[in-house]
Amino acid sequence: MKWFFCLIAFFCFFPASAAVTMAEQMRSDGRIYVVIAVMLTILLGIVLYLYRMDRKLGRLEKMDQKN
Amino acid sequence: MSNAPRYMYRSWWKITGILLLIYTFTAGLLGSVPKLPLLQETIRNLYFHVCMWFGMMILFTVSVVQAILYLRKMDRKHDLASRHYAGTGILFGLLGYSTGSIWAAYTWADPNVPFAESFSTIARDPKLIGAAISLLVYFAYLVLRDSIADIDRRARISAVYNIFAYVILFPAIWILPRVLESLHPGQDGNPALDVKNDISPSMRMVFYPAVIGWTLLGVWISTIRIRIELLNEQKRTT
Repeated sequence: MKWFFCLIAFFCFFPASAAVTMAEQMRSDGRIYVVIAVMLTILLGIVLYLYRMDRKLGRLEKMDQKN
Repeated sequence: MSNAPRYMYRSWWKITGILLLIYTFTAGLLGSVPKLPLLQETIRNLYFHVCMWFGMMILFTVSVVQAILYLRKMDRKHDLASRHYAGTGILFGLLGYSTGSIWAAYTWADPNVPFAESFSTIARDPKLIGAAISLLVYFAYLVLRDSIADIDRRARISAVYNIFAYVILFPAIWILPRVLESLHPGQDGNPALDVKNDISPSMRMVFYPAVIGWTLLGVWISTIRIRIELLNEQKRTT
């Protein structure tokens, strides 16, 4: 659960810290970069979910092997 | 490590898939695209909507190969793989269908006529009917499979049915729309691969990696489901 709160905290503070340095970039080209950021966030969320499921399954399999 | 095939534990192909998808999402939105009437920026859906169908076909191909392997060797592992690759293929097909309907709503549908009228034209499109038929055939695969209680009979019958479903898939989505009149691009050539009419050569630089990336994601999902099922079976037998 800890990683989840870290993720939430990261995204709460992400816009504030990014606004200064990335103001130009994120607001250029019809703000298409915002769309990319959103899509990449969703993609990374799904990948993270799959990764954790994979690891958890690996642990279960290992436990199964020992028994 | 349990008795799942080794490649399911390798991480290089999972990382490759993730990197290719990150590339797809970035280059797919920023890269240059040909300015076509009607399509405009929606041509970028090529990297997402079309990839779902390509991924589906690749996953169904893996599924039918595993089904044939099961019939040759009678090894339960191939049966499970066949079932779960087909399951992920169906998921990709459903996503391809729903993204396609969104895309069609803004490119095929005429905004000047009532929605129901243009819907009746679009819904009659052979490519859509073909895709619906092939998906329904695969739904029937799941229903048939789960309705047989005996494990060996279930595996054998569903492997044979899988081959039939695969044989129906290609006429339904490739041949049927070419014989009849279709709104869907690519009826005279290869959809999404025709550089002269459909896409610019630079789009291929994103499209091919996108197909590989999405497919690898599908394979990852399938392997996780196969491993869960194997573990489940082990638990039940011990």
